Amino acid sequence: MNLQRGIHSMIEQIDGPMASFFSSCVHCGLCADACLFYTETQEPKYTPIYKLAPMRRIWQQQFTFWGRLLFKLGLSKPVTDEELAEWEPLVYDSCTLCGRCSLACPVGNDITYMVRKMREGMAASGHAPEGIKEATRRAIELGSPMGVTINTLKAHIKHAEKETGIAFPLDLVGADYLLVLSSAEIAVFSEIIPAVARIFHQAGISWTMASDGFEATNSGIQIGSSDLAAELVNRIVKSAEHLKVRYVISPECGHAYTALRWEGPNLIGRPFPFEVVHIIELLDQLQSSGRLKTTGTTDARMTFHDPCQMVRRGGVIDQPRNLLNKIASNFVEMPESGIQNWCCGGGGGVSANPRADELRLKVFSRKKSQLDAIAVKTMVTSCSNCRSMLEEGIEHYHMDTNVIGLTELIAEHLAEPSEEPKP
Amino acid sequence: MNQHALLFFLRGQGLKFAVIVFTFGLIYRLLHPVLLGRKKNLAAPRGGEWGPGMRTIWHRSLFPVRLTPRGHFIIIAGYIFHLGFLITLLFLSQHIELVKNTFGIYWPALPPGAISIAAVLSIAALAALFVHRITDPVKRLISDFQDYLVWVLTLLPLLTGLALDMAADYQRMLIVHIISVELLLIAIPFTKLAHMLTTFSSRWYNGAIAGYKGVKA
Ligand code: SF4
Ligand code: SF4
Repeated sequence: MNLQRGIHSMIEQIDGPMASFFSSCVHCGLCADACLFYTETQEPKYTPIYKLAPMRRIWQQQFTFWGRLLFKLGLSKPVTDEELAEWEPLVYDSCTLCGRCSLACPVGNDITYMVRKMREGMAASGHAPEGIKEATRRAIELGSPMGVTINTLKAHIKHAEKETGIAFPLDLVGADYLLVLSSAEIAVFSEIIPAVARIFHQAGISWTMASDGFEATNSGIQIGSSDLAAELVNRIVKSAEHLKVRYVISPECGHAYTALRWEGPNLIGRPFPFEVVHIIELLDQLQSSGRLKTTGTTDARMTFHDPCQMVRRGGVIDQPRNLLNKIASNFVEMPESGIQNWCCGGGGGVSANPRADELRLKVFSRKKSQLDAIAVKTMVTSCSNCRSMLEEGIEHYHMDTNVIGLTELIAEHLAEPSEEPKP
Repeated sequence: MNQHALLFFLRGQGLKFAVIVFTFGLIYRLLHPVLLGRKKNLAAPRGGEWGPGMRTIWHRSLFPVRLTPRGHFIIIAGYIFHLGFLITLLFLSQHIELVKNTFGIYWPALPPGAISIAAVLSIAALAALFVHRITDPVKRLISDFQDYLVWVLTLLPLLTGLALDMAADYQRMLIVHIISVELLLIAIPFTKLAHMLTTFSSRWYNGAIAGYKGVKA
């Protein structure tokens, strides 16, 4: 039965950190103030640790002395299907896995880690939002959560080749770098495709894309199904191995980075024979080694929205700032920036879940107040999902702010391409 | 059993029992996560685990920089309670005397007046936190029976200890005080009071997980 499968999966998810975290929580309530879903709604049910309540009871009933005793005596209420159904919106709609609560808990609980694990049980019990289920199904069956196919990509490539005059190396065996993209980049922000081509061309790196592993979005991670997540990651791994690349470039998509860089090897159960590098990390490397040269600066006041999975949960923190400081003379930080920045509201599968739209737009007020505080009209970011979410939020609140992708901004400031392409 | 014999028992066998339950119980609570373990992380690390883990243990003890008003209240009251409790526990001359008689080690005591202030402040913080727990919507929602139980168990030794100075029957009050202490000791490993140790493992894990990715948690 689904319920039993879900409970069993949650029990399986309880490892050392989980046991320690559940043991340590003193119900102080501080995590609430770190979570935009609470701060912007003031609804107590959005307190991060409360989202774990059913799993906490399972931990008590299975792993603690009193909990076990009371459970055996029938004095501790078993977790029911109705309860999990009730918790579904808390675990999915009101958590973007942004990681902010994990930095705030005084006893040290990594609540985001806990929610990620609880989702495994929720998905196993069938209690995941339809929107994310659908996205995951499309990813598994069609190869992309947004239904993007290789033909869509090829059309963009053709277009970009015409625009830039640079040939696109598709399925090039022996290239150094394999570039993967997110669905949103292919479907919505396709400007990124010519942008990377021009940058890589100037820097003279040997790169390729794979026709059977170009999609980096990983809905499996968001829904909390390690099996499906592994299958999606494996497509890229297979392509990378087949093409014998040394690096895989994770695109401007936060969750894709987490899926590939941090969860990937653990999902497929072996270390990668290649390195995963975030595109922004790579651009920073190229710039500091002098291979990527930019020219001119923009004096427009600009700020940077930190994609949670790239920055707080991913560790690519200074690189976007290094890059921006080179080309933006008026770069200003938001009041809380870097690992303390606030989520766009649409990470962790929330953007794929239409049921959560209203709540997501409501809690965007946090980003709005951050922007209001510095009165900046241009927000740079490096995650296509954040970008969509920011644009929707800006429209919803009738704000006069535009959002641009960092990679494209760099491409706009590329120094004249050298005549001779480097070998 | 007369009062004298009861006191004798509580100070002897009773205390021994409570200390044994406390010690082994807590060791088990700390060992449990370690035994459950973690899957080996196969992703290539960007940073270390040990250093960042230790850093987070230290860092989360410091006063957080950004807090809302309710955050300020929780942290300040929390600090006062913990510090007051520890000062009373560790620097009251009678407590030091007890440790000296049992283990032979000792350290300087604080004057009784200072201890009374610490204990009163600690009690006041506990009272304030209780009121906050039942009035703050977030805390009321997330609190369970154990939160109230451990609140009582923690408060009793402080209250009864303070009452010793004013007690008409010192010996009887001492008995009540020692019982409350032994109850607390026995309860710690079985309740969320185990956070007195597991908070260190939690912070370490948190810092280590982030540190591995090159983030300072
Ligand atoms: S901040 Fe930490 S200890 Fe406090 S309620 Fe949240 S998870 Fe529990
Ligand atoms: S990870 Fe972010 S959205 Fe989820 S509970 Fe924590 S603070 Fe809230």
